[in-house]
Order: sequence, then structure tokens, then C-alpha cells
Amino acid sequence: MFFIALTVTFALYRMLPFGPVEMVKVRLMKQLLEQGQSPSAEQMRRINAMVETYTGIDPSVPWYVSYYEYLRDIILYQDFGHSIFKNKPVFDILYTAMPWSVFISVYGLALGTTVSLLFGAVMAYNEGGKFDAVMTFISIGNSTVPYYVVAILTLIVFSFNLGWFPSGGRMDPSTTPGLNLPFIVGIVKHAALPVFSAFIASFGGALAFRGNCIREMGEGYIRVARLRGISQGRIAIRYVGRNALLPVYTNIMMGIASVFGSSIILETIFNYPAMGMVTFNALMNRDYPLIMGSFIFFTIVTLTGILVADLTYGVIDPRVKGGNERETY
Amino acid sequence: MRPTEEGESSRTEEGETTAADATEAATRPPTRTDGGTSSSSGGAGGVDETIFTQTSNVPDPTVREKVERGFRRRVYAPSAILLNDWRGLLGALILVGFVLLGTVGVYVVPEPIVMEGPIFVPPFTDWTYPLGTGVMGQDILKQVVHATPAMLQMITAGALLSVVLGTGIGTVAGYRGGRADSVLMTLTDTVLTIPGLVLIIVLATIYQPENPFVVGLILGIDNWPRLARTVRSQVLSIREEAFTEASRIMGLSDVHILRRDVISNLMPYISVNFANSARRIIFESVALYFLGILPQSQLNWGVMMDDAYTGANLTNPNQIHWLLVPMALIILISLGFILLAQGLDRIFNVRLRARHEGAADGGESS
Repeated sequence: MFFIALTVTFALYRMLPFGPVEMVKVRLMKQLLEQGQSPSAEQMRRINAMVETYTGIDPSVPWYVSYYEYLRDIILYQDFGHSIFKNKPVFDILYTAMPWSVFISVYGLALGTTVSLLFGAVMAYNEGGKFDAVMTFISIGNSTVPYYVVAILTLIVFSFNLGWFPSGGRMDPSTTPGLNLPFIVGIVKHAALPVFSAFIASFGGALAFRGNCIREMGEGYIRVARLRGISQGRIAIRYVGRNALLPVYTNIMMGIASVFGSSIILETIFNYPAMGMVTFNALMNRDYPLIMGSFIFFTIVTLTGILVADLTYGVIDPRVKGGNERETY
Repeated sequence: MRPTEEGESSRTEEGETTAADATEAATRPPTRTDGGTSSSSGGAGGVDETIFTQTSNVPDPTVREKVERGFRRRVYAPSAILLNDWRGLLGALILVGFVLLGTVGVYVVPEPIVMEGPIFVPPFTDWTYPLGTGVMGQDILKQVVHATPAMLQMITAGALLSVVLGTGIGTVAGYRGGRADSVLMTLTDTVLTIPGLVLIIVLATIYQPENPFVVGLILGIDNWPRLARTVRSQVLSIREEAFTEASRIMGLSDVHILRRDVISNLMPYISVNFANSARRIIFESVALYFLGILPQSQLNWGVMMDDAYTGANLTNPNQIHWLLVPMALIILISLGFILLAQGLDRIFNVRLRARHEGAADGGESS
């Protein structure tokens, strides 16, 4: 799967008309023509060389050779190429930025999922009650408001106006990195707003879980369990919760991809220098090797997330042994 | 009870159409011989052969009747249900409002010009500038109106692409099965695992699309795989239903079965997904315009937000309305889509529909 994704990326990047290679090439050719020179063979070679330094791709080599070389470099030497703009190996840039991104996204995702599942369950138990009505309203509201609007608004209120949280960066510059309290407080403060927004982005599924819970609660075996005198908590968690979770779980898995993708938007808004920011800056500077590298990194992280979710699927649903024969889409 | 009566009557309507289909099929000789109606049916004998050749006694509906009935079932009853439900009504009203804004409004409201009014007029104070003005003295209302057509085009293109691709691939994969299924599903899974938003952002930066239709299409790329998967699993179950099998035994063509039996049963998913992917496209496009990833040549709510975010002093409550107005619009239009999706869900819930259809008819006759 990874190789297919990689190949698709590579193809998109290389083969489509007016891709990076052609863009740079056309720009250079135009410059030459404006200077009144017609492109000779000698100059074509110089253009090709310039294109290579700009994009990291040598246009004179056929695509399958460069594809092979690219793959070989990644797998054998962990070499993703060299960033043009920052003049550093792509791998190093991404490697230092990666943990911060994962930190924010995973916290946001975990918080969002847990809270929405809890709320869904409580709503189902109080079906028709006041809590249910209020929470239904809130959930619909949440799906109406885009998470980045929440991000911007929280930034304006808590950071620009109230000054409770910093508006950018990922740590307090006056503290020394390490296991000391001010440093940790600084990190938490800087991460608070991004995590909150990621939480909003992944908060959803409460309504779906509520519906599933209500349906499960009407089943016969729940009544049997009650008659057998099994405790209320055990019924709630083992019987209702687990069975209602199954259909929602696939949705959560698919949400992983979107959460990591949304980190570009979030990190740019919060000026949080991690993967998303790096990618964004690379895009703005047309730093193609870095774009390609960060795209691959995003794909790897997403695939890892899905793989983990896939493997744990068997824990939740004992009927599924392994991830292959799952059919509950 | 009145509702059940009406339910019965609607079922007889169904019966008529299937009878018409059956006669159509019966005129083809090979299917009848394949049906195996002849000699081996036992020693009881005396089977009235005319049963099988007899075309129905049901009078053919005239064109006028057909049109009337079609109108009542396809247009009148659904809209009656939609308008009975407050969520559907509100959603439809909001969306119609936006469409009017994007089509008629553009001609009524003149284009915004720089410095047509004082700087930073707060909203709802001066009625020459109902929504206030920004830092360049531009009327925000005019900007909003002139940004609407681009938004609508983008939504239409993206949502159509994702719905058509998702439904098409899901239906073919589910119905054909076998190799087509595995190839298409591998494709779908691949696109599903590629982080969609990142891909879109990369594509948008490299190709810099200006046309709102193209932007919509690019944003639609991320949306279809989920729909394809849901549609496929639905088709898998519809394929095994009795009515599909009946159509197959009657020798109807694949296209006919797909269109009449499969797609018509999928309509609820398709329409609800149309609304959902429209909402997602609004979110993503506005985000990309806001970050300046897409070219800012055209007026757009995201571009407005970006201008406001960089141009206004965000700690000053007198200037912040510039940012809040486009946000409010985004929230409003996505609210419209969500409510409409919920209302549509109600239409396609068959049991509910039968009841409401009865109510709609009853209201008409009395």
C-alpha cells in the first residue's frame, strides 16, 4: 500500500503537464528568449542543470530511472533529497519537526474521540432528556463550525485579547529544554490551543455513537443480561458500549488521515513550527524536494495510524481475526 | 386508518409498474422458454396457458396521468415532506437564499469599489453599508454577494465529482464483483490512505487553479473514496434482494437493473452524501484560500477572511466584524447543508415517507 501511494505521488509530481519540472524549465526558457538568445544544445544542457538544482530532478534522465533512484535512496540511505531553500537534508528537517506534529494531533484525536464517545453514551442513556437535547444541539453546531474558525477565534480571544496563551512557537524561548517545570509548562501552554482545535476537529461521532447505543439497548440480550443480574456498569461497557463501538470505529480510523492532514492548516494558523508549518513554508517557497519528502512522511504517518487501528480492530471485535477480512464498511 | 390505506394504494402503483415490466418481458419469447413454464409442471394438467400470455387487465395510463402521477410521487410528496420538517425547510430556505444571492444578487448589488465609504463602519449601524466596511472602505455586503457565485460553482463541481465518482465506482465494484471489484477497491483504498488534504494542498500549490470549477474538482478528489466504500457495501446487499433477482430472471439488461433497482435504492445515500461533501468542500476551500495556498485573484469568503485577518487589528472589537462576517456566512451555508441532509434523510426513510405521502394526499383531497 505504501508503495502504491508513493508511486502515485511520484507520478503526480513528475508526469502531469505543468508540473514543477516543466514550470521551472519554461521559466528558464522564457528568460533566455527574452535575452534574445535561441536555445541551442549547449544552453539546453545548462537549463537542464539549472532545473536539477531547482527541483532536485534531472529532466534528462527518464522517469523510471529517477523513480528507481529515488526509491533506492529512501530505502537504503534514508535520503529524501536536499532542501533547496533551507540547504539541509530533507530527512533532518522533517525528523525534528515530526514529533511535535504527532504530539498535537494524537492528543487532539485521542481527546476528541474519547470525549465524543463518552458524551454519545451518556446521551443514549438519557435519551430524550435535557442533556440529550442540549448535546445534540452542540454536536450539530460543532459539525457546522469549521475547526479552523474555532482556532482563529480562540487565538483572537485567548491570545491576542486576554493574553493567556502565546500566539506562536512551540516552547518558551527563555526556558532551557529538559525536564524542568517552566519548560514543560511552556510546552503545554503553547500546545493548548492547537490541541483544543484538533480536539474540535475530531469531535464528532457522538451522534452516531448515541444512535448505535440506543439501538443496542433495545436488543434482547441486554434484557437477558439484566435478568441475569449482571451489574449495570458491566452491561454499559461490555455489552452496549462494545457493540455500539464497532460501526463507529471504522469511521474513526478513516478520520486519522484527515486529522493529520488538517495539521497543516492548524499549525499555520497557530504558527506552531512542526510538520505542517514546514510543509506550508516549503509550498510557499516552491521547495519541491521538501514538499515531496513531507508528503511521503504524512503518508507514512497516516498509514501507520491506520495500521495500528487495523490491528487493534481485532481486540474490539473478536469476530475479526486480523485486519484483512473486515467487511463492516 | 387513513395512512395505511394510502400506503396500500401506493403499493398498488408499484404493482402496476412491475406488471408493465412483466408484460414487456413476456413479449420476448426466449425468456419465457427459459422460465420453464411448460410440460413438467405436473400431472394435475389443465393449466390455463393464457395466464402466461395474457397481458394485464390494467388499463394503460395516459401520458397525462403518467406525468401527474410522476409529479406527485417525485416532486410533490418529497417537497411536502421536506417542508413539513422544520430542519429540511430551514436548510432548503438557507440554500435557496444563497443561490438567489449568487444569481440574482450579483445583478442587483453593484460591485464593491475601494474607498466607497468610511473605514471600519461597524455592521448594522449605517444602512448604506449594512454589514459595515473594511480597511479599504469596501462595503462588506457587496463583497459577500460577489463572492457567492464562485463559492457555488466550486461546491457544485466538487460535490458532483465526488458523488458521481463515488457512486459509479461503488456501484460497479459491488455489482460486478470479481476482478473489477478488487481492482476498483484497491484504487479506492489507495486514495483513502493518501492523506487527502495534504494531497490537495500540494496539487493546488503546484498547479495554482484560478477557475472555481477546477478548484472544486481538485477538492472533490479527497471525497469520493468513502462514498464508494459505503455504496459498494449497500450494493452488495441490494444485489441479493428479491426484486433485483426478479429483474435478472426476467432478462432485463444490466443497465436497466442498475438504474431502476440499484441506483434508485441508493438515492438516500447519494443525496445525503452530496450535502455532506458540499459542506466538506466549503470547509477545505475556505481554509486553502485563507492560508493563501490558492491564488487570490477572485473574491471569495476565504480571501475575505485572509484580508481581514492580516488587515484588521484583531484586538479591536470595532474592526473584528470584518473577519466575523465571512465566518458567519460559512457557518450559515454549512448549517443549511446539514439541515437539508437531515431533511433528505427523512424523505428517503421509506416508512416515514409512506406516512407523509398519505398525509400529503389527504391534505390535497380534503
